[in-house]
Amino acid sequence: MSYVNYMPLIFLLSPLAAFFIILLAKEHQESLISKITYYSTLLVLLSIAYFIVHWLLLEQAKMIFLPYFHIYESEAYQFTMDLYFDKIVAVYLLVGMLLIFLIVKYSTYYMHLEKGYRRFFAVMVFFIFSYNLTIMAGNFETLFVGWEMLGISSFLLRGFYRERYLPIKNAVKVFSIYRIGDIGIILAMWASHHLWFESVSFLKLQNYELVELHLAEKPLLFLFVSVMLLVAAAAKSGQFPFSSWVPRAMEGPTPSSAIFYGSLSIHLGVFLLLRTHLFWSHILAAKIIIAFVGAFTALSAYFISQAQATIKTQVAYASITQIGLMFVEIALGWYDIVLIHFVGNAFLRTYQLLISPSVVAYLIREQFYNFTPPQQEKRYIFGKRIAFSLYSLSLLEFNLDNFMSQWVFMPFKKIGSRLNFLSPSNILYFFVPMYAIGIIALFMENYMPLWLHNSLPIIFASIALLMVMKGFSERRYPRLAWLLLMLQHFWIALAVSHNEHFDFSEVIWYLSGVLVAGIFGFVVLQKLRKKEPKHYNLYSYHGHAYEHSGLATLFFLAALGLMGFPISSTFIGEDLIFSHIHEHQVLLAFILSACFVIEGIAIIRIYARLFLGRHSKAYHETPLQSS
Amino acid sequence: MFNQQISYKFDEWETLHLLAHYLPHQNPLKDFVHHNTLGAYQELSFHKAMQKATTIFGYKTYMNLDEYRKEYEAGKINPKILQRVIIEHQGFDHWETWQEKLLHQSYQESWEGRVGRLHQLWTSTHHLNIEKEEHNILFRLISNYIDQGITIKKFPIHQDGFLASIRDLEKNSYFKIFKSPRVDYLLFKEGASLKDLLDILIGSEEWYEQYLFDQQFAHPGWSGMVAVLEHHPETLLDTRKISLREFIFVELLLEIDALDRKFGNGKWQPLGRYIPEDTPRLFGEIPQTEIFEVYAIWQESMEWTLYDQVLRGLQLQKTDSIEKPTFQALFCMDDREGSIRRYIEKYANAQTFGTPGFFNLDFYYQPEGGKFYTKSCPAPMTPQYLVKETDIKNKHHTKDLHFSKHSKNMAGGLISSQTFGFWSAIRLAWSIFKPTETPAMVSSFKHMDKDSTLHYECTHETQEIVDGLQVGYTLSEMIDRMEGLLKSIGLTKYFSEIVYLVGHGASSVNNTHYAGYDCGACSGRAGSVNARVAAFILNKAEVRAGLRERNIFIPDTTHFVAALRDTTRDEIIFFDEELISLDCKNAHEENKKAFTIAHQHNAKERSRRFLLTNSKDTPEKVHKKVKLRAMSLFEPRPEWNHASNALCIVGRRESNKHLFLDRRSFLNSYDYTQDIDGTYLLGILDAVAPVAGGINLEYYFSKVDNHKLGAGSKLPHNVVGLVGVANGLDGDLRTGLPAQMLNIHDSLRLLVVVEHYPEVVQAILQKNPKTYEWFANNWVNLVVIHPETKELFRFEGAKWLNYKPITQEIPVFENLEDVLACSCDNMPISIFS
Repeated sequence: MSYVNYMPLIFLLSPLAAFFIILLAKEHQESLISKITYYSTLLVLLSIAYFIVHWLLLEQAKMIFLPYFHIYESEAYQFTMDLYFDKIVAVYLLVGMLLIFLIVKYSTYYMHLEKGYRRFFAVMVFFIFSYNLTIMAGNFETLFVGWEMLGISSFLLRGFYRERYLPIKNAVKVFSIYRIGDIGIILAMWASHHLWFESVSFLKLQNYELVELHLAEKPLLFLFVSVMLLVAAAAKSGQFPFSSWVPRAMEGPTPSSAIFYGSLSIHLGVFLLLRTHLFWSHILAAKIIIAFVGAFTALSAYFISQAQATIKTQVAYASITQIGLMFVEIALGWYDIVLIHFVGNAFLRTYQLLISPSVVAYLIREQFYNFTPPQQEKRYIFGKRIAFSLYSLSLLEFNLDNFMSQWVFMPFKKIGSRLNFLSPSNILYFFVPMYAIGIIALFMENYMPLWLHNSLPIIFASIALLMVMKGFSERRYPRLAWLLLMLQHFWIALAVSHNEHFDFSEVIWYLSGVLVAGIFGFVVLQKLRKKEPKHYNLYSYHGHAYEHSGLATLFFLAALGLMGFPISSTFIGEDLIFSHIHEHQVLLAFILSACFVIEGIAIIRIYARLFLGRHSKAYHETPLQSS
Repeated sequence: MFNQQISYKFDEWETLHLLAHYLPHQNPLKDFVHHNTLGAYQELSFHKAMQKATTIFGYKTYMNLDEYRKEYEAGKINPKILQRVIIEHQGFDHWETWQEKLLHQSYQESWEGRVGRLHQLWTSTHHLNIEKEEHNILFRLISNYIDQGITIKKFPIHQDGFLASIRDLEKNSYFKIFKSPRVDYLLFKEGASLKDLLDILIGSEEWYEQYLFDQQFAHPGWSGMVAVLEHHPETLLDTRKISLREFIFVELLLEIDALDRKFGNGKWQPLGRYIPEDTPRLFGEIPQTEIFEVYAIWQESMEWTLYDQVLRGLQLQKTDSIEKPTFQALFCMDDREGSIRRYIEKYANAQTFGTPGFFNLDFYYQPEGGKFYTKSCPAPMTPQYLVKETDIKNKHHTKDLHFSKHSKNMAGGLISSQTFGFWSAIRLAWSIFKPTETPAMVSSFKHMDKDSTLHYECTHETQEIVDGLQVGYTLSEMIDRMEGLLKSIGLTKYFSEIVYLVGHGASSVNNTHYAGYDCGACSGRAGSVNARVAAFILNKAEVRAGLRERNIFIPDTTHFVAALRDTTRDEIIFFDEELISLDCKNAHEENKKAFTIAHQHNAKERSRRFLLTNSKDTPEKVHKKVKLRAMSLFEPRPEWNHASNALCIVGRRESNKHLFLDRRSFLNSYDYTQDIDGTYLLGILDAVAPVAGGINLEYYFSKVDNHKLGAGSKLPHNVVGLVGVANGLDGDLRTGLPAQMLNIHDSLRLLVVVEHYPEVVQAILQKNPKTYEWFANNWVNLVVIHPETKELFRFEGAKWLNYKPITQEIPVFENLEDVLACSCDNMPISIFS
């Protein structure tokens, strides 16, 4: 298999090429845009089909490992992009591309004359690229790259109607939950580094003895990784306690909701567990936890879906119920059944969402011909109080939405708002001297008592976390928030430098991306402030993309760079940083990943509040907050 | 306004009444009927009302200044007309300064209203986005309470209404919706009034009314729905008891609850003390601003640019003498029927008439197996009759597993996703590459089974009263109605051998607003039942005898044939063809061919507006593509419905037959020579104003402010409780029309042109004050054309003015169809031969 070996590249390059062509197209060139999307998708679909046939017949459906790029290499660390192909990949790719292909065709007509036609298809092909990359990933790093891109592309599609409040509010909300899921992957990556001392490919997990050996050595670390993977999977697949994001994500045009939250994105948690099952399936505790989460989700989502009066919400929870069952099936080791279940559920929910507007005509007709008046006195099997309590609970989605904001995000906000004395003018007075002390301390290592030296990384990391929290809660000064989010990386670098010897070139990898993106973003903010002095804060949404779409795009790129999106060197830098955290420093790893997660949310929020949402000027029509 | 000493004492009843007056009056989806979106202001003249609506509620009521100027530069506003309108408004002396203002002066445009300012204060004073906290719960409660069939587990409904149901739920549940104990107490407190809650929340009585307006207009969709259901519970099949008061009561409780949750029980200050002195009063004086005069002038100039051409065209028309037509056909007055009538006349040499599509028959219709009745006449009427359908061959309702409730529970979902989940993939692929009819589709032909029996007759033997409705009409009732129908269109003699009565309906799939596509004169249903009943009646010898006494002479050889035309698919079916006598059979077969050809050409003409269809193909090919639109899941515009409507002509067909109006005009046939005192004209205007005017203004407002007065893009819509659509899961119900219905619409008011003597029109117009209001306040513009001299008289600000068109020549086209295929824009008014 020579040339066929390279075919998976088509799965990635075809949508990527389409993406760039669409960016160059003009908004009104609808047929050009849709044709490019259509043919690039068709190409991928056909080549996947060909590849799979080839793989079935000639490779007897064996696992194929296709190492491709070494992005970064040093003695202790290497960052490789690997691809991988097995049964799971085959099913996910084929189903995914089939659905995407149909949806692309569907959207060509459906999106006709819609403002943002080009944006829609650009994000769509970007999604295809990231989906295929995630599915074919051969190691955690590659998976994470795809995973992050998926997060961003689905953020953009949820916030497609950027002139309204609710889509943007919900887009940010869902992004936050995705980001929590990312913590799981980062920590799992970190821990697995310590398990294998290298970036482990999924192929190596096939080696049962190797896994067994490590498991015996570090059972707790294994369990930790498994739980982290579960967190990532649960967040992405809307499992308990994250379920409430799924219906809230359905703010984009119906076909995009159908494909993202009806079929593909939502099943990625299942995919992650399938992909890593060789890892966690050796641990009984992990299996029990997964089964429990799945079962509880299935049950709660079932009750919730029964009590929803909006059609998309109902389908969303019905889908979550099935995914909960899939988690149970995975825990039981029924991997093939899970695959069949996934395929059926993906098709069914996509179709149900696409025809959801028809429900009015259909059900009203059904009511017209089959209506029976409800009985006045009902009987309740478990008593009225139980039934009513369950109803209230289901009606309000088990309070899951409030739960997330109250218990996860509120504390950060509260701590951050304690630091209100900071302002753009005085931040450097605090930052420069303190940082100087930190750097001096770096050179004085040998003169320090050991306990102090050991706790310095934690202290510096905590300072970084504080800055992030302040950046997260800052409302008045966008530039301050931005600066804090940028400067915290310096503290992280410092913290890790104290931890162990940290190569200067590695610092460059890490901070160069931060600096470039940070300064770039700062300049954009400065410009915006000059242009819109009256509508420049983070208290509410301002919708400046309406008038300053150029600035909006530039700032979005800066934001991606700063949050370590895989277009900036910071992305690899972040991975490098984590490789320098010792196995016993779980706390440090936690703090750093918390920084990473909240930073991303805070950055996206700055972008959303300034550039998205209801336009703050009233000389054209604007929607109500409730739409 | 500041030195006025007004006491703002809070009167609960009065405030609720006022709220209900201003809230949107949109019915649940199944009864979606076009109406004037800003009907609440109709007692004011149009421009005054626009300024009021903008100042108070922040609605955008005109296009932006820039947009008008662009239209002007593009030549879509005639400079001469502009000049004339300026002079009319500002006087001759100032026209140059005003022209300068209109064309070049920059103005601070703002569509920000007074409403909402108090509610926003919560954010700035208490740092609480109160709407975000309470809307979500409120919408869930109300949508589950009202839901008509989406929820699988039903809301536990208490017979005493919404509040009682919530009390019942809260009393019997361990899990509380209201977290604050104080709120829980207030919920159950006997005799608690809105004022009690407002005392806690606001504390300054002078602001209570304004606060409630702010609160309710933050979600006008739901509040409006509640207000509609309070007074018209019958718009739901599964009725609900609810009042606006209960709804507001619950919302106030939710707000107190949100504050208590954040700050602790009662540990916050009421809003009243934070309200700045200078906060404008909602209904305070509305200052005169120049910009609104500018808008008014631009709007009128744009409108009259079109009107002027039309009026000139009507003047230039030569009235044909009636030759013996092959057949006669009655169509609905609907603007969509204009073009098909043109083709029927061309390809079959037929004579056509336009009349409201319920054929003057007011009744409820009950299809076989139906558990309810549906109204089949204009929405404002309340019929006393019922027409029943029996002996159907095809069922009205077929099942589709994809809507099944089982797929949404655990085991059912498990089984269905593993079984027909795979079938879905095939269905999906099929529906994209080869759209076909599905049970989910709405098809006008299924409204009534083609071969069923209709019970429309009430004799001594069959007399039957059901639910207070008489089944069928008695002989004299039939004669009355047919006399009204025929005399209003002036068809009282020279009947041809076959007269077609063509109702209309529409087909679509994945369309939540489907009811708005059907016949408006039949309350958003297909007109097939009315057409069929009318044909039955007119074919009865006793009826004809009765009509003869009233000077309507239908020869025995004449046969009436009912038909239903699908405006989306451009197809027609004929009913009861077996009753056609052998003599007429051949003629009918010939006519059917003409209908087919006419429909193909009509589809071709319509296709020029469908950008993704090549309208230069042959009519047959284009027609096939047009038909597919009605069945395509992915097609948000199965047809353009009433988009681009701007005119309504009431007069003889002969006097507008050769005027090309580009499907923009309602056409009501009316012969002034047979109605010298204007009796029937009054009836026509009584219907035209609310029906055509309502359609026109709903399009107008949905277009100029698609966010607040329209429904926004329909692509992300989510169906709520089968009564409305919302954005996402926590959005308000959207009222008005979605953007996809409006792309080609220009926001112009309706011009009604009546062919009669001005003094007659003048005399009858004031007889019905409701109708008079429409014209006198210029919500609909009215021009009378003198049938003999062709002089024009316009009715402006309740005065009659002589009107001389500025346009002199209008284009003449030899072959219209070639011209049409080349453009997808509005065509100029022209004469064709």
